[in-house]
Amino acid sequence: METIKIQGTEDTPRIILDADKELLEISGRSLPEDVTAFYEPVLNWLNEYSENPNKNTVFNFKLTYFNTASSKLLLDILMKLEELHEKGHDVLIKWHYPEDDEDMEEAGEEYADIVDVPFEQVSYSN
Amino acid sequence: MDNKKDVKGFLEFVYEFYKSMKAHEITLVYEGEITHQITKAFTSLTESNMEKDDEAGTVQRKVFHVMVECLQNISKHADDFTSNDYLFSGRGIFLVSKNEDEYSVTTGNAVENDRIEELTDMLEKINKMDKEELKQLYKKQMKEGRLSEKGGAGLGFIDIKRKTGKELEYHFLPISDDTSFFLLTSTISRTEI
Repeated sequence: METIKIQGTEDTPRIILDADKELLEISGRSLPEDVTAFYEPVLNWLNEYSENPNKNTVFNFKLTYFNTASSKLLLDILMKLEELHEKGHDVLIKWHYPEDDEDMEEAGEEYADIVDVPFEQVSYSN
Repeated sequence: MDNKKDVKGFLEFVYEFYKSMKAHEITLVYEGEITHQITKAFTSLTESNMEKDDEAGTVQRKVFHVMVECLQNISKHADDFTSNDYLFSGRGIFLVSKNEDEYSVTTGNAVENDRIEELTDMLEKINKMDKEELKQLYKKQMKEGRLSEKGGAGLGFIDIKRKTGKELEYHFLPISDDTSFFLLTSTISRTEI
């Protein structure tokens, strides 16, 4: 299926959705002017991917900042992955956060509470 | 002659304005339309200033969060009005001030009087909540809250209180019979990290 590659900017994250290479990642900063429009291709891609997913799906979130409007869309993405998991597929969310960023760590914990999907917290040094 | 006098008066005002900014330790002030471009420009300007000052990473992140949410509150909500009145076209005042102990981010924008009660209730409710209650409310709003067309999810105020750990101070001042000026200020400690 089609690969999505979006370069990151100062207000939008870098996105790679490559089913062949098993690379699913959102990284950087997220405060797009229009969050719904920005994340629409990601949600559409996940819908299509869910019809014929890989054996294992690992989705990496490596955000350094996201605004409250983005937080809702990130939840939408996680809920798509939860659906995939509910259908019996192997899904793992990896939530990467800078080791000194408690807020980002906590944000991951909160998402892990909301969605019922295997969730791994990964800290990294800047 | 009159014109010269006016110019002199104006320049004197500018100097008073400058002194007043210094006295209140205001590092950034803006009045006008708040757009996404403005949000980006102000956050990156403040960010580079904080970096220059070797501000702690936690403080930098919190200031960034608060600035974005405050600016987006104005740009989104001011758009709810259909009026052509300049007061309601996404305009407002935006200030950042800084002293030894804290940063303050202050916004002011016009609101219709019939929204005062709703805003007051929301702010009072958030101000009374402790950390855990705020966390639960944020999660609930994220799950249930529908995004308005402009992307607001009613999460901004909750996020500010959570990030700063401080009450949101606000004030309404009358503009006319049916409109008021809504002022909101959030402080970020530079020392309690």
